[in-house]
Amino acid sequence: MTTQAAISGYEADHSGPNYIAVFIYLAILTAIELGVYAMGLPQAVKVGLLIGLAFANAVLVAMYFMHLAMEKKALALIAIVPVVLVTFLCFMLLPDVTTRMWTKTYHKIGEKNPAEMEENPVAPPPQQVPQH
Amino acid sequence: MAPGVTVVTHDHSAAHADRLEPSLTPGNLGKLGMWTFLAGDAMIFGAAIAAYGALRINNPNWPVPADYLGITTPAVMTFILICSSFTMVEALDGVQHGKQSKFQMFMALTVLGGLLFLGMQAFEWHRLIAEKGMSVQRDLFDATFFILTGFHGCHVFGGVMYNGVLLIRAMMGKIPQAKAGLVEVAGLYWQFVGLVWILIFTFIYLI
Repeated sequence: MTTQAAISGYEADHSGPNYIAVFIYLAILTAIELGVYAMGLPQAVKVGLLIGLAFANAVLVAMYFMHLAMEKKALALIAIVPVVLVTFLCFMLLPDVTTRMWTKTYHKIGEKNPAEMEENPVAPPPQQVPQH
Repeated sequence: MAPGVTVVTHDHSAAHADRLEPSLTPGNLGKLGMWTFLAGDAMIFGAAIAAYGALRINNPNWPVPADYLGITTPAVMTFILICSSFTMVEALDGVQHGKQSKFQMFMALTVLGGLLFLGMQAFEWHRLIAEKGMSVQRDLFDATFFILTGFHGCHVFGGVMYNGVLLIRAMMGKIPQAKAGLVEVAGLYWQFVGLVWILIFTFIYLI
């Protein structure tokens, strides 16, 4: 029996998903999330794993507790729309995320850009001439 | 009419109806309406979490949330919400199979789970405000935390009310097996609230 069939219970009978199995999977995935947090992995690995586990949890809830796996595909289309739109939104936020760091070193209006000043100093710093 | 001319009539309405989707019926209208609402609601949560991410990436002084907020209470809250998601589907299973006692017992457990979650969130908020001096006005970290968890908490409160009304109506004998659709629609809302918390718990606390 495949994992999906084990969850949905369709091979055993046609009474609907095996809710207890889904519940156990959800609890295990959440426990793994806590484990990943506690392991002290590098930040990029940790973030990737946690997001993957959270989405796996969310998909399990949507498919079996919200019955999308058993519904018509049209309903899944409604459910997928916000996922697609939020993905677009993340890309739309990228200019803000990428340029904010850039503006941090940017000069205020009416002032010279300090970065340019470093490259092309207007005047050399005054040097003290030793008195004899 | 001239003799010999045959008039062929078409049933335009029947031909037209064949090309249309089946009409919405009370049986599926509630489910469709709830899914449409949830799609919109998901956009709000998605936008809020995306904005949180953008603000956080831009701020090098952002604390590690779990170290600052603590992880124990929200982890227990997550488990409670997963349990109440499970009791909700069991309640639906009960009413769909005409088992009123199972339906009512699991519905009561679902409401209890929601109340426990809200109680723990109130406790957690009080601790953070009293001990850590957190306030929605203090800084971006605090503001995003309170707005995201608060907005979700409002959803849990709404769900507890929704499920509570269904439970009371069930105890009055007003939700027979034929009206299981009402419980299914309420279940969609409650599962969505649980699903969003899993994401908020990950993004706000763990990452």
